[in-house]
Amino acid sequence: MKNWIIGIAALSGSLNALGQSSLGSITGNMESTFQYLRADSLIGATQPVQKGLLNSYMNVFYTNGHFKAGARVESYLPRIQGYPNRFDGTGIGMRYVGYANDYVDVTLGNFYEQFGSGMIFRAYEDRNLGYDNTVDGARLILRPFKGIQLKGIYGIQRYSFENGKVVGAAGITRGFDGELHLNSLLPRLDSTGFDITLGGSFVSKYQKDDREDLVLPENVGSYGGRFKIRYKKFDLKAEYIYKENDPSADNNYIYNPGHAALINFGYSRKGFGFALSAKSVDNMSYRADRTKGLQDAFINYLPALNKTHSYNLVATLYPYATRPVGEIAYQAEVLYTIAKEKTRRGKYGIPINVNFSTAYMPMQHTSGINPGDSTGITYVGRPFDMSDSLMWRDINANISYKFNKSLSLTLSYFNITLNNDVSKVTENAVGLINANIGVAEIGWKINKKHNLRTELQTLFVAKDKGNWATVVLEYTISPGWFFGVIDQYNYGNSNTDLRLHHVYGSIGWIKDATRLTINYGRQRAGLFCVGGVCRVVPASNGLTLSFTQSF
Amino acid sequence: MKKIALLFIGLALTTLSIAQEEGSVKQLPAVTLKDMEGKTVKTNELGFDGPVVISFWATWCAPCKRELNTVHEIYEDWQAETGVHLVAVSIDDQKTMDQVPVYVNGKGWEYLVLMDPNGDFKRAMGVNNVPHTFLVDAAGNIVYSHNSYAPGDEEKLYEEIKKLAKK
Repeated sequence: MKNWIIGIAALSGSLNALGQSSLGSITGNMESTFQYLRADSLIGATQPVQKGLLNSYMNVFYTNGHFKAGARVESYLPRIQGYPNRFDGTGIGMRYVGYANDYVDVTLGNFYEQFGSGMIFRAYEDRNLGYDNTVDGARLILRPFKGIQLKGIYGIQRYSFENGKVVGAAGITRGFDGELHLNSLLPRLDSTGFDITLGGSFVSKYQKDDREDLVLPENVGSYGGRFKIRYKKFDLKAEYIYKENDPSADNNYIYNPGHAALINFGYSRKGFGFALSAKSVDNMSYRADRTKGLQDAFINYLPALNKTHSYNLVATLYPYATRPVGEIAYQAEVLYTIAKEKTRRGKYGIPINVNFSTAYMPMQHTSGINPGDSTGITYVGRPFDMSDSLMWRDINANISYKFNKSLSLTLSYFNITLNNDVSKVTENAVGLINANIGVAEIGWKINKKHNLRTELQTLFVAKDKGNWATVVLEYTISPGWFFGVIDQYNYGNSNTDLRLHHVYGSIGWIKDATRLTINYGRQRAGLFCVGGVCRVVPASNGLTLSFTQSF
Repeated sequence: MKKIALLFIGLALTTLSIAQEEGSVKQLPAVTLKDMEGKTVKTNELGFDGPVVISFWATWCAPCKRELNTVHEIYEDWQAETGVHLVAVSIDDQKTMDQVPVYVNGKGWEYLVLMDPNGDFKRAMGVNNVPHTFLVDAAGNIVYSHNSYAPGDEEKLYEEIKKLAKK
C-alpha cells in the first residue's frame, strides 16, 4: 500500500518537474447551427417535418512533443438543409493517433491528404458543405533526406454518417507519392537561377466485382507525374495523370481509360502578376465506390478552372464545376496595381484585375471503333483535343479606387455564359445562358470603429428567371458587432407573381474566437457572405442561429 | 483493485493540479507547409524573433482581403515600432491556388505567404471560417485570436501586438 502512495507521489513530482511540455497542447474548434424553417413555395423552400434542425461538431487535437492525437464528435439532429440527407445521429466522426519528428510522420486512424494537385488523390473536408472523404487507415510520411518526401496511404474512405456512425466506402484506397526537390540534392543548380521539383504518384482502389452481367476490374490503378520549375519570377507547373479502365455509374460502365492534365504558367513581381492555366480531363471520375455519384466517395479532385466569385449574384446563380467525364478548360488572370506615385494624388495605389476562363467539351473520336465490341471502349479521347461545344465562359474585371482614408469604391463587371444543357443549374432555360452583371461596392469608414459597406448589384439575363438587383448593407462596430441586411429582387421575372424580394437580415456578436450570429429571412441557394464570413447555403426561409468557437 | 483505483485518483488529481497551475497554454502546432515559391516551412519554426500574426485567408474571401490590404498600408509602421511579422496562410485549394501569387504580388504584399491547400494547418489551429487571425509571442504561444474582420479590428490587434512588444 505504501509503495503505491510513494509511486504516485514520485509520479506527481516528475510530472510537475516536466512542466508545461509534459501537458502538451490542446487545440480545437466547434460549430453549432440551429435552423427553424418555414415553407416558402415561391422560392422552393420546404419546412422539414421536425421544423427544427441542428448540426454540431467539435474537433479536439492534442499534441505533446512528438505525439499527436485527435477526434471529432459530430451531431445531426437532424442535419441542416444542404447537407446530405442521410447524415443522422451523434457520434465520433474522426479519430487518430500519431507520431511525428523531423523525418517521419505516422498516423493511424483518420487523416486528410493530397498528392500533387489532387487530381489523383485528395482526402479533404469542408464542414460547411458537409464534404468529408477522410481516409480511415494508415499513413506514413518520410523525409529521409533534405528535399525528398515520400508518402504512403492505405485505408477506407468516408462515404456517409448514419445513426451516429461513419459509413465507409465499399472500396479500399491505397497509394504512394514521392516528391524530389532537385535543388536540395544539387545545390549547384541554385547558381543557374532554376528551382526544380519533380513528383510522381500511384493510387489504386480495390472494390469487389458484384455484377453478374459485367466483368469489372476489381483493382483500378491510376498513376502520373508532375514537375515545377521556377526561374526568377517565372513559374511553370504541370501534372499528368492516367487512369486505367474504370467502368462506373459516372461513365455508364464503359471500359475507356481516363486522363487529367493541368498546366499553369505564372509570372509576378511587385505590383503585377499574371497566371495562365490549361486543363484537359477525360473520363476521370475516380471513386472508392463505382456505383456512387454527386460528391460521394471521391478519391480524386478535379479543380474547375474559373475564379471563385464572392458577390452574391455572381457566385450563386450561375456557378460552374468541373465535368469529371470530360472537358478542356483555360484560364487567364491578371492583376496590376497602378503605383501610388503614378496616381494623380499620389496617396493610394489603384489595383486593376482582369480574369477570363472557358471550358469546352472534349472531342470523342469514334471512327474505327465499334462500341459494341468486347473491349468496351466507346471512343478515343486525346489530351487538349476539344470540340466546338462551349460549356462555360466568364470574362470579368474590377478596379478599386480609394478617395481618402474613409471612402473607397470598387467597380466590377462580369459576363458569364453557361451551357445549361450540359451543366444544369436551372430548370427554366435551355442552351446557353448569357448573363451580364455589374457591381458597385462602397466602403465608408465613419470613424475608428464604425463602418458601413454597401453593395449594389445588377444582373441582366434574357433567359431563366430574368433580371435581378441586389442591395447589401453591412454596418460593423469593431471589434464586436455586425448588422447586415441583403435584398435580392428578381424584378425581371417573366412571371409577375414571382417578382420577389428576398430579404435576409443578420446580427452578429464576436468576441476573440467566439462568434454568435442570428439570421432571419428568405434566402436563395448559393455561396453567401455576410459579416466577414462566406459559406454555402441552400434555399430557405426562416431563422438560423449559429455559434462558433475556437480554442 | 482498490490500489489501482487509488492510483488513478492520484493521477487524475495530479493532472488536474498541473492543468490549473499552467493555465491553458496553446502552442503553435507543427505542420509542414510550403511558401509561394515551394520552399518547405514548418509552422512552429518560422524563424522570427518578435511577435507573429498568423492570418488565415483565401483569394475568394472578400473580408480576408480587406483585412490584409488594410494592414498592408500600415505594415511598415507596425514593423518599425514592434518588430511584428505577418504570416498570411492561404487556404485556397487547387482550384484557386495559382491565383495566390498573382494576388499577393499584384497587391505588393510583404507578408510571408504559406499555402495550406488541404487545410492541415487550418484544422490544427481550430479555424472554423476565414478570416481568422492569431497573435503568437516569441515563444510560440498563441496569446490572442479573432474571428472575422470588420474595419477597425486591426487597431485592436495592434494594441495586442504592442503589449507583446513591451514585454
